[in-house]
Amino acid sequence: MTAPVPPAPVPIVEMKSISISFPGVKALDGVDFRLFPGEVHTLMGENGAGKSTLIKALTGVYRIDDGEILVGGQSRRLTGTADAQDAGISTVYQEVNLCDNLTIGENVMLGHETRGRFGINWTATHRAAVDALEKLGLGHLNPRQPLSTLSLAVQQLVAISRAMVAKSTVLILDEPTSSLDANEVEGLFAVIRRLRDQGVAILFVSHFLDQVYAISDRMTVLRNGQYQGEYLTRELPRAALIATMIGKEVASLASLDSERAERDHLHTDEPILRAEGLGRKGSIDPTDLELHRGEVVGFAGLLGSGRTELARLLYGADKADEGQVYFRGKKVDISTPTRGLAHKIAFSSENRRDEGIVRDLSVRENLVLAVQAKRGWARPLSKRDKDAIVTKYLAELNVRPADPDRPIRNLSGGNQQKVLLGRWLATKPELLILDEPTRGIDVGAKAEIQEQVAALADDGVAVVFISSELEEVVRLSDRIVVLKDHRKIAEIINGPGVTADLIVNTIAEEGVPAGADAAWSTPADREVSE
Amino acid sequence: MSTVTSFDNRPTSVEPKREGGPARWLKAHLGLLPTFAALLIFLAMIVYGEIAYGRILQASTVSNLLINNAHLVILAVGLTFVILTGGIDLSVGAVIAFSSVAGVLLTNAGWNPWFVIVLMVLIGSLFGLISGVLIQFFDVQPFIATLAMMFLARGLASMLSTTPERLADESPMRGLATQFKLVDGPRVNDLVITPGVIIAVVVVLVAVFLLHRTRFGRTVYAIGGSEQSSTLMGLPVVSTKLWVYVISGTLAGVAAVVYTARLGSAQNITGIGWELDAIAATVIGGTLLMGGAGFVLGSVVGALVLGLMNVLITRDGGIRPETTTIITGGILLVFVLLQRAVASRRRE
Ligand SMILES: Nc1ncnc2c1ncn2[C@@H]1O[C@H](COP(=O)(O)OP(=O)(O)OP(=O)(O)O)[C@@H](O)[C@H]1O
Ligand SMILES: [Mg+2]
Repeated sequence: MTAPVPPAPVPIVEMKSISISFPGVKALDGVDFRLFPGEVHTLMGENGAGKSTLIKALTGVYRIDDGEILVGGQSRRLTGTADAQDAGISTVYQEVNLCDNLTIGENVMLGHETRGRFGINWTATHRAAVDALEKLGLGHLNPRQPLSTLSLAVQQLVAISRAMVAKSTVLILDEPTSSLDANEVEGLFAVIRRLRDQGVAILFVSHFLDQVYAISDRMTVLRNGQYQGEYLTRELPRAALIATMIGKEVASLASLDSERAERDHLHTDEPILRAEGLGRKGSIDPTDLELHRGEVVGFAGLLGSGRTELARLLYGADKADEGQVYFRGKKVDISTPTRGLAHKIAFSSENRRDEGIVRDLSVRENLVLAVQAKRGWARPLSKRDKDAIVTKYLAELNVRPADPDRPIRNLSGGNQQKVLLGRWLATKPELLILDEPTRGIDVGAKAEIQEQVAALADDGVAVVFISSELEEVVRLSDRIVVLKDHRKIAEIINGPGVTADLIVNTIAEEGVPAGADAAWSTPADREVSE
Repeated sequence: MSTVTSFDNRPTSVEPKREGGPARWLKAHLGLLPTFAALLIFLAMIVYGEIAYGRILQASTVSNLLINNAHLVILAVGLTFVILTGGIDLSVGAVIAFSSVAGVLLTNAGWNPWFVIVLMVLIGSLFGLISGVLIQFFDVQPFIATLAMMFLARGLASMLSTTPERLADESPMRGLATQFKLVDGPRVNDLVITPGVIIAVVVVLVAVFLLHRTRFGRTVYAIGGSEQSSTLMGLPVVSTKLWVYVISGTLAGVAAVVYTARLGSAQNITGIGWELDAIAATVIGGTLLMGGAGFVLGSVVGALVLGLMNVLITRDGGIRPETTTIITGGILLVFVLLQRAVASRRRE
């Protein structure tokens, strides 16, 4: 007997009309999803569309109300990550879930330690950890170092390495790239492609369209918990994808290209904040910096370049051990966050899970937290003031669901981020430091947030904007401070011709003198004008 | 100077954080600091005792310290497991009372003494299991669940008897307190141990193995770090947390056997406040009450610090014994402050 037609590929995971409701929300409503071996399948949708919920339904973290899940052709009800792991499904959830009391190596290998005759063989275990880390370009890390010494982005990579340790047939990555920069993303994609070619089925989530088009073979689009369709990536143009995600035609995505939005900013002579030789051993070399009213200053640099470290010194989240800070020309001591806040400096941390949201408080409480802290606890905000703040920011940042009484932990990752941002915007600071404010935020909302930041600067606030997405830094900043190896290497005045590529090259070549912006507006830049 | 070149010479990936040798070592091993400090205090107490009163560093004193504190060491080991997960077990003192009163009554009633010993240990396991089930499946706070077990066990012990119950001298259980000379020193200065001490040593060794060389042990630490993360990492959080309370309860049972053997009697008011001694020993030994950091060996040192303190106070003669608790409290406070300092250093 012959088989003239090759058999249709069999999905390794098939989810049929899955529904999940949480009190007040139908998070998933009859969603279908198929995952094929040897394919990268991206789950697309706005913040709160139900992507993470679908993943947790598959691995059994959430119980499904309705529907059927087939793994390897058999109907299965998984009961949690451990069970999913046994069924060959490795998962990296959206928030970095690691234990920061343990070492890097222990985290990578937890539950998969190499065992010998005398229990766990630590030498072999750490060797295996290094192998796993090496695949993602983290081979230089010492596995015996505590995890807590790593930045959030590196922790994210460690979490991914962990998922690679178990040789699985299905790999789920929920926004693995949200705090990675271009290099790490490339490295991660190389690994994903290799696994795919070995026949692993990969479920991927990201809000970066470039990444999605670079890596995925197939997409499933969700909107408000509803299935919109499954498409082959090559058959779905971007505009159509966005329209499917948002549910309406989008006239122009002009705000999303990588050219700086033209904006006049007031230039005052006296900087609102001036740092002289500000540094801290082991985290950032002595740095001079001036921040002016009405100006957006971007910090650009690769992972571990010292962006976050510098920002933390400015706010007092970490204590500087050398240098001075002048606030409005007066020498001040900003060695604790309280002092920073007293000088109307607000800092939004990149680590929303540990340093940002207060999980068990409501959206309302999370939003007014910083305003309240600034006023002091002796003078509670009136209900009216609270409501005003809450109404304003829920609407302006388009938080969904716009229900202030919901505990914030029940919001999707992107919506938590919006609330966090709203908290700092509401403090009406004079200097606002935003560390990765758009982490995990969808395309539409990202543009809105960028507008908000620009509007704030127009109102005279000095803004420090940090993002691993260089395009975004270029688009928004008036001035860009480039960091490398814990050191400021250049300061670029933004203008025509300044692009992400230029910054990448500055970092690569290093030592380009600052302020030579005229030399950079040469026609050599390809993407000067659209 | 061409600034726009190809992407080929992109800088390589993530840079490691730069940090010097000793600074890095310290940072990596900051967790050891409280345990080292406990060891240091222990040594300082020995030196002080030797200078002030003499005859501390001699075989008979060391022997007595071990023999008299074997039960506390065993309890502290059990609590270390629980506290590492971020929990607490307040029931162990009362469980000892119930287990030992029941054990002595049954032995005197003619039951097979070896069977009774096993039963005493299992009584502890059962209380631990109930605490674990309450905590894990009924979502009761560990503090409350084990407090309830404490009242229950104490009440049951009092129902059995309210007077001291003597164990017959020829009972095999007393054999666990037989003293063996290891080294025959001059006059009474011999190095002596009892099976009870050996049991404590075995318990400690097994605990070290479990915590540092098995996946179960690693899960204990992971839960203490973040229970939510551990669950999402696919670790067996539920069974591990159950086991931790079973272990603590079981070791309370073992401690009951060792203590009853040494004393030769049991009473319903035995072990009042021992859970707090054991918690103090664990904390002094460097285990964080929040969970996730600490060492069994530290708890052993902690237990011996408390034991030695009693010896020194007795030797001094001038200090009123009532002040023991004040001194314990003082030491505890110092250690908790030390831990806070370490924890805040670590967070940086
Ligand atoms: N544990 C929960 N309890 C109540 N509601 C929840 C819970 N988890 C998610 N939701 C709700 O379900 C919806 C879908 O959330 P989900 O996290 O799946 O979104 P998402 O697509 O992953 O978004 P994002 O891109 O922001 O991560 C949201 O409205 C969210 O508020
Ligand atoms: Mg999500």
